[in-house]
Amino acid sequence: MTRALLQLENVTIRFGGLTAVSKLDFHLGDQELVGLIGPNGAGKTTVFNLITGVYQPTEGSIQFRGEPTGCLKPHELARRGIARTFQNIRLFPSLTVFDNVRAALQLHREHGIQNALWRGKHFRESEKSVEAQVMELLEIFSLGRVRDEDATSLPYGDQRRLEIVRALATKPKLLCLDEPAAGMNPTEKVELMRLIRFIQEKFQISILLVEHDMKVVMGICQRIGVLDYGIKIAEGTPEEIQKNSKVIEAYLGTEEQLEAEC
Amino acid sequence: MTMHSGAKRSLLIAIVVAVALAPLLEWIVKTHSGNYFNGYYLGVLIDIAINIILAVSLNLINGHTGQFSLGHAGFMAVGGYTAAKLTLSLQAAVPVWAQPILFSAALLLGGLAAAVIGLGVGAPSLRLRGDYLAIVTLGFGEIIRVVFQTTDFFGAATGLPAIANWTNFAWAWSLAAVTVFVVACLVNSTYGRGFIATHDDEVAASAMGVNPVRYKVTAFVIGAFFAGIAGGLFAHHKRFLSPTSFDFMKSIDIVVMVILGGMGRTPGVIAAAIILTVLPEALRTFAEYRMIVYSLLIIGLMILRPQGLFTIGKGRTAKV
Repeated sequence: MTRALLQLENVTIRFGGLTAVSKLDFHLGDQELVGLIGPNGAGKTTVFNLITGVYQPTEGSIQFRGEPTGCLKPHELARRGIARTFQNIRLFPSLTVFDNVRAALQLHREHGIQNALWRGKHFRESEKSVEAQVMELLEIFSLGRVRDEDATSLPYGDQRRLEIVRALATKPKLLCLDEPAAGMNPTEKVELMRLIRFIQEKFQISILLVEHDMKVVMGICQRIGVLDYGIKIAEGTPEEIQKNSKVIEAYLGTEEQLEAEC
Repeated sequence: MTMHSGAKRSLLIAIVVAVALAPLLEWIVKTHSGNYFNGYYLGVLIDIAINIILAVSLNLINGHTGQFSLGHAGFMAVGGYTAAKLTLSLQAAVPVWAQPILFSAALLLGGLAAAVIGLGVGAPSLRLRGDYLAIVTLGFGEIIRVVFQTTDFFGAATGLPAIANWTNFAWAWSLAAVTVFVVACLVNSTYGRGFIATHDDEVAASAMGVNPVRYKVTAFVIGAFFAGIAGGLFAHHKRFLSPTSFDFMKSIDIVVMVILGGMGRTPGVIAAAIILTVLPEALRTFAEYRMIVYSLLIIGLMILRPQGLFTIGKGRTAKV
């Protein structure tokens, strides 16, 4: 087993009387591409929000790079190397494509308020290096030619890509993708699978993929965890998951249920 | 990107022009008064500069960072009273040549006092959003006014009279240039994109490593600082401070300038500050209808140009 980059132990979260995630054990190794699937309302996005610090677990602990994430805020976790995209795209609408990525890179800027005001040599060099980094990233994802367009004026698929670029600009160790295939047609999905694999190899990072679409998950993930009603019901390679009776049950219902419905 | 090299030079040029124009204008007032340019017009020019400082600094909070503050007049009052109190108690002891030093110290102290109060108000209340923040800042502005109205040290309801007449064209316009420079340079940097990211989507911003609370408090403190400076200029321009100068309507005036100029657009906000200073002066004969004109302007604007009056080009790129 690879060294765990992210380790969830016995994680439970309750919202009032509802237990959204219950006693979840899950881990992610270095440069691993892991999928998290489950039917609607299984708690996938909640797990996501737990990992990225939007929620705090009611019980249990989450460790990232051997350190407990405790009560760290999302921006502090981003600093430590967790980046994410959103299920419903959340780009910055007032900013251009270029500036959307630049806003994420401000995490790694070398200048502060004083330099921004003094506008000296140090500031200009820092800004130049930021610009070069942004353009490099945009070019990799062939978004360089639209750098001055408003981010939200891009076609849907490009917006999804831009959101991934923006997340990569924070230089993460772990990239969390929340349903990146949502709203894509089959061709775009194939394209997306290629892109995710490419990102993992190019940037040498771990990717956690929360996804609804079986084909995408089965096609690229090395390991898959399955959630149902906040409980992990299975974990294994795509082949193992495909044959797992509990998973089939969760997605398709039991045979009795099927008969009753017919 | 265009600002990087030229920004400091533009600031210097603006200050030199302001300093050079000041004696010329005063000379015209002295020798040709009453013909086409008199002291009244010079006063309006200084009013314009003070309002530019107020509007541009509020624009950092309400426009670029997307918070809704209704307490700018409160910060202005803190700066005004602090600066005035300092010069009133020290001006007799200071020789003429040292007056500009005392004045700049007073302005700076006024700005710092406002910034400290801004930090005190902002740090807890910027965790609130939208309307709630507006209500807290509105309440704060009123508290400040009432404090000045009831404290004998600050002249209570009678106000502070006989403040030295030290604000001139050069001071006002130089400091307006400094304000524009600071806000523009701050926002137009990789650091500054964080303000706009916070404005657009706090959840996404924090997921990208932007600390929204920190950016909001920074915007608030810097905005308050310049409001305090504007207050100091105002005090030494009108030569009289009364708590009623800093009432709720003053805050609204500044908010209107920001909205009319197009939230987050510095040139538009400057233009709106000029227009909304000149307009009431031009309408002075029916001054009691001023608020009606204001309200109609805002309503018309909301219907016709929700993106702001001086929006040039498409989209809201919030570039300066």
